[in-house]
Amino acid sequence: MDRFEWTIGVTGLNATDNPGPGISVIRSLRAHPGFNGKIIGLAYHYLDPGLYASDLIDSAYLIPLPSEGVQSLRQRLEYIKTVTDLSMLIPTLDSEMSGFISLEPELREIGIRMFLPTQQQYDIRSKIRLAEICEKTGFDYPQTRIVSDIESLFQVSAEISFPYMLKGIFYGASLVKTMDEASMAFHRTVAQWGLPVIIQEFLIGEEYDVLAVGDGKGEIVGGLSMKKTSLTDKGKGWAGVVVNNPKFLTMAETFCQVTKWRGPFEMEILKTKDERYFLIEINPRFPAWTYLCVGADQNLPVAVAQLAMGVKPQSLPESKAGTMFVRISLEQVVKIDRLEEIISKGEIHYR
Amino acid sequence: MDQPKTPYEKPILVKYQNGWSDKFGRLQAITPMTHIDGQPVQDLVEKYGSPLFVFSERTMVSKCRELKELLALRYPKFQLAWSYKTNYLNAVCKVFDREGSWAEVVSEFEFEKALRLGIPFSRIILNGPCKTESVIEKALKGGARIHIDHFDELSLLEKVADRLGIRPEVGIRVNFSLSSIPNWDRFGFNFENGQALSAVKRLVIGKRLTLSGLHCHIGTFVLDPSAYREATAKIALFAKQLHDEMGLSIKWIDLGGGFASTNTLHSQYLPGNQVTPSFSQYVEAITEGLENLNGSSSEFPLLFLETGRALIDEAGYLITTVQANKRLSDGRRAVVVDTGIHHLITSLWYRHEIVPAQEFGGTFEPTAIFGPLCMNLDVIRANILYPPLKTGDRLVIKTVGAYNVTQWMQFITLRPNVVMISRNGQCDIIRHQETLDHLTALEEVPPWI
Amino acid sequence: MDMALLNRLKDIAISDSGFIFDPYSGATFNTNETGRFILQLLKEGNGIDAIQSEIRNHFKTSEEDLRSDIYEFINLLKEAQLLPKNFKF
Repeated sequence: MDRFEWTIGVTGLNATDNPGPGISVIRSLRAHPGFNGKIIGLAYHYLDPGLYASDLIDSAYLIPLPSEGVQSLRQRLEYIKTVTDLSMLIPTLDSEMSGFISLEPELREIGIRMFLPTQQQYDIRSKIRLAEICEKTGFDYPQTRIVSDIESLFQVSAEISFPYMLKGIFYGASLVKTMDEASMAFHRTVAQWGLPVIIQEFLIGEEYDVLAVGDGKGEIVGGLSMKKTSLTDKGKGWAGVVVNNPKFLTMAETFCQVTKWRGPFEMEILKTKDERYFLIEINPRFPAWTYLCVGADQNLPVAVAQLAMGVKPQSLPESKAGTMFVRISLEQVVKIDRLEEIISKGEIHYR
Repeated sequence: MDQPKTPYEKPILVKYQNGWSDKFGRLQAITPMTHIDGQPVQDLVEKYGSPLFVFSERTMVSKCRELKELLALRYPKFQLAWSYKTNYLNAVCKVFDREGSWAEVVSEFEFEKALRLGIPFSRIILNGPCKTESVIEKALKGGARIHIDHFDELSLLEKVADRLGIRPEVGIRVNFSLSSIPNWDRFGFNFENGQALSAVKRLVIGKRLTLSGLHCHIGTFVLDPSAYREATAKIALFAKQLHDEMGLSIKWIDLGGGFASTNTLHSQYLPGNQVTPSFSQYVEAITEGLENLNGSSSEFPLLFLETGRALIDEAGYLITTVQANKRLSDGRRAVVVDTGIHHLITSLWYRHEIVPAQEFGGTFEPTAIFGPLCMNLDVIRANILYPPLKTGDRLVIKTVGAYNVTQWMQFITLRPNVVMISRNGQCDIIRHQETLDHLTALEEVPPWI
Repeated sequence: MDMALLNRLKDIAISDSGFIFDPYSGATFNTNETGRFILQLLKEGNGIDAIQSEIRNHFKTSEEDLRSDIYEFINLLKEAQLLPKNFKF
């Protein structure tokens, strides 16, 4: 049994009703029998629930929002490195990914490793370049248009018929049925995530998610596919089950062969009644349901940690179909002193 | 009471509320900028007043050379043309002229300005959707390059050429539907619906003009380099089509401008200095698109770029002085400074980076930075986490070199001095601050009042 | 100063770091060292002149008149409902 004693920083502690993946990644790491390291939570907001999960994190730090630029992030991480033995980071949020990618060489220099895609790989999976990647891989894809102002939204609405999906560049997807709904969703999305906005043909079929890790050389080190069985009103999976349709992993493998993807990724795939598989989008990170992989014998966060540290991950068995997740929400009860500690010092230490 | 006292700081109170980030979440690395190209900000203001625009020759030259070196490596047959509308201060235009750029003008006034600066006709490109008969005549007589924007202009050009008894070489402007950016179809002839091809046919049938160039300008502040790859590929294929089907030889392709600077648009989530593509990404995209020319003719066309913003924005700074601190009704701190939206129209587009020009300390607080105008729209930053400021403190607003000293206006206050710092540290005024005399010189009061 | 107000002020927890928790409303705030100092003096029932001279004793300042800063802070406390709207020295 491998044992590891690394100190691993994980972001995305916003375990809300639209959860960030951080807690799921941390629980996966801790679930490994050889885990003997420490977890440092990295959060953007003092009320991110993961900051208060004293059973899961050893300490936590607030870090500057991606919108503040990489230099402030670099300074903050340098500080954290001086006071902890942080040896590795697993970023888990779309909006922070390009910042971490650009800092990779500098962080490696000071002894913080990551296992991330290159900027080029990251760019090519951008929602606005879906057609390009699908042409390279031979996947089917929904008709997609990029919109940067309300006038083009009107134009596009004449070309792609309602209902269609309206998506933000990083997050947020709404199904809109009328022009009024579209323009409301457009303004809401732009206010939060900026321009451009992506319009996608709405296809009818079953949606599946695939989580896999690329080794950076064109192969995947493991992966599993999942069908969401229950959704929240925000469209987030609240329950799901591992499925064993080999087509999904083949698609993940093709994607890795073409891009030499390095690190975790999530593919959203839609299967139509006539057995066509449409690639809807690719997220360059672990999803919020990552912990399911532990139950399916595919501990992918551990594999990513090993790859980051230059350790060859052990080969993973086939994922167990029929493994399910059903999410729960629960209250963490803490003293207000913890809030004070986080707000005033920007850090908290449990162990 | 012998122990050293703590320095006094104004008392503050900031409420934590949902959705508001804390000081760590918005830990922007604000470092004071005490000098611009080696000149102390304080000295500059003492000598030239506040507010003050400062241009760095060093930055302009280094950006321009960086772009040229990248192009020279991948497509050596290129020529830059300085986009006058971006910044047509004489000194700025002269720097780019000295660096080998031609002049790209979009009005008779800009055309005259270029001529007066000694730019020969042969190094002027005339663009724009509203060229007058008189500027067309001047340009045709002198031999400047004209890019035709619409059919009415095409007829006008033919008329003037006929009158002058010449058959000039011209270009047409083409617009494209691109997958990642909005279609700028208000300028030029559309490619996809066949309008561009009809324009070419119409031009050929007219026999008074010779088609030698294709021009496009896909947008502004284009953050996706692949849009250039797509546009360049389309324009190259069009050139090939014109050659193969109509025997026309395209001697130049002008891709316009549109490269983003490191400013951050209000609509952008990530900061500009992180997401703005580098020159090498743009150049790579463009040269990949140009590969579609292969096989069209033995002679490659001359590639023009009219990049303005990305060459000058970072070379411009605006120094301003804090006039007052106040509290808004919700308790938020507001600072009034002596420059505003009338000098800095780009604050409508960007979250400008603003740094103190002196060392600072104290607790950061959400702050609004307002200009001096008695107008609600005069906001430089609506909400920025900022250290305390005293009246008289100087601030430096960065990356203001493009579109401000052309689009600024005299409104409520007069326009300030503009200086340029040379590469060897010499500082000179390049535009004097206005006086009341300048302004009233053009006015008349009729005797009957 | 009226007793209810004084009690209310006394209940407000202010930590060394300037973190304020108002148990009446559940709201949390951040203040700086000067703000913390003034709140302490207010709790003890001091008036404007006493506060001003205590600040001078404690902090290094060349400001001639600190009263406008103090009144501004009082207004912020009122806005935050940490002091009643009709509070006067």
